[in-house]
Amino acid sequence: MQHSWLHAAKWLISCREARVTPCYAPVVPTIVAAPATERSRHSVVVRVTHWITVLCFVALLVTGVEILLSHPRFYWGETGNVNMHPLFTLHVPSSRAMVPTGYAVLPDQNGWSRYLHFEAAWLIVLTGIVYVLASLWNGHLRRDLLPAGEQRNWKAYVAVLGRYLRRAPVKESGAYNAVQRAVYLGVIFGLLPLLIWTGLALSPAIGSVAPWAVEALGGRQSARTLHFFATIALVLFFIVHVVMVALAGFWSRTRAMVTGAVKEEQL
Amino acid sequence: MSMTRRRMITAAVAAGAGISAAGVAVRLARRYGLVPPDSGGIYGPGETLTYATQRLMTTHSMAREFSRGMISKAPFANEMPPLNAEFKRHQAAGFKEWKLTVDGMVAHPASLSLADLKALPLRSQITELACEEGWSYIAEWIGAPLFEVLHAAGTLPQARYVVYRSIDRDWWESIDMADAMHPQTLLTYGMNDDDLPVRFGGPLRLRLPRQLGYKSLKFVDSITITDSMKHFGKGLGSASPEGGYAWYAGI
Repeated sequence: MQHSWLHAAKWLISCREARVTPCYAPVVPTIVAAPATERSRHSVVVRVTHWITVLCFVALLVTGVEILLSHPRFYWGETGNVNMHPLFTLHVPSSRAMVPTGYAVLPDQNGWSRYLHFEAAWLIVLTGIVYVLASLWNGHLRRDLLPAGEQRNWKAYVAVLGRYLRRAPVKESGAYNAVQRAVYLGVIFGLLPLLIWTGLALSPAIGSVAPWAVEALGGRQSARTLHFFATIALVLFFIVHVVMVALAGFWSRTRAMVTGAVKEEQL
Repeated sequence: MSMTRRRMITAAVAAGAGISAAGVAVRLARRYGLVPPDSGGIYGPGETLTYATQRLMTTHSMAREFSRGMISKAPFANEMPPLNAEFKRHQAAGFKEWKLTVDGMVAHPASLSLADLKALPLRSQITELACEEGWSYIAEWIGAPLFEVLHAAGTLPQARYVVYRSIDRDWWESIDMADAMHPQTLLTYGMNDDDLPVRFGGPLRLRLPRQLGYKSLKFVDSITITDSMKHFGKGLGSASPEGGYAWYAGI
């Protein structure tokens, strides 16, 4: 096992050496322009929006946890406070003395956490809009994310899950399999919109414009609880995503998400 | 190569257009009062986007009001720093001498007693108080709309913000005129068919249901109308940004 910093250094050098074809130029067949050992993988839009999203995800998660620590209790319905029965309580320390946790009171981090949470929320939403519009425009959504013809049946999903469970060697097809497509679509068009919706439902100003957005979720405290569960789901996706990347070859796949290409021998 | 050059030109034009558009947007935002006083620093862009968007969306929108049955049986009065000696003197006297001073950009500066406020048209509303920490409760709030006080004092046309202060001068806030003139912005003296209890901010609390609880300042005894927040405190709009919290709390 080599030192990871050596890996990182090699990887950085290889990034600089690999002058990849502009894979965003569909007119030029990639295979002609690229060095024979490189295969185009991710478009520039996907790469840039991916890493901005990673940045925002980390900022939102860290600040979200900080905000949560000021009241690690959850309720269902419209209202909830320490005089009321919680739906459940997280057994973690709190940054407020009035929440009975049995732990020492942590320092208050809500001020900057809230500023950063909403700024990162703006950035991830704007990035998401760019990504979705670009993906509709350049065919990424139709070509890479919607299930391909032969993937539109249950057998395709069972086959993929069977391969995962058997730890069968990955046959590189250069395209996402049925499960990957379903999960990516679910996160992009299901989970992230749910996080945005449940987050906006916490805003008293947004609630004044769109009361139905709060009421449809069962009330403001329900929205907060759902925001928490959706976060858990997104963190699970993140963990599985990174594990799958690691199993496929962490540095080659990460490099591909930076330079846009992957080396043939690493497929 | 031509592809690259075309892309470069396109990118340069797009970047130029983007920068000019951003410049125009900032200028327009300033002109129409869409930039919050705490717009400096690394969180400024996010805060300005939030405030500008919500100011445009919510100028006339009404905070959600609830039925009487939704009033919280166990409202939570937040922890408070110890009340100062001046407050305790007022409390001992049953708040008979409590005065709300109104000054700044008004034609008729005034000093109103609680009785004066109660003589103004009354409004009651059942709204939620949501704390930035995550907890909340619903109560009926009874008081005089702030716009009634501003009308009586004769706000000058250049007014842009209303500063309001707690009797403990460490606590002060401000809101823009859209929030100040909003019918649900109440100088609250009653809660749930009774006087507003001290632990909930009595005798006088400014209730602002379209923003988080920390903007609903307790023990209010002073209002100043101004055209700029530059000379109040550190110029960030209120005590909240000085303590690290956003001036605008509509989220």
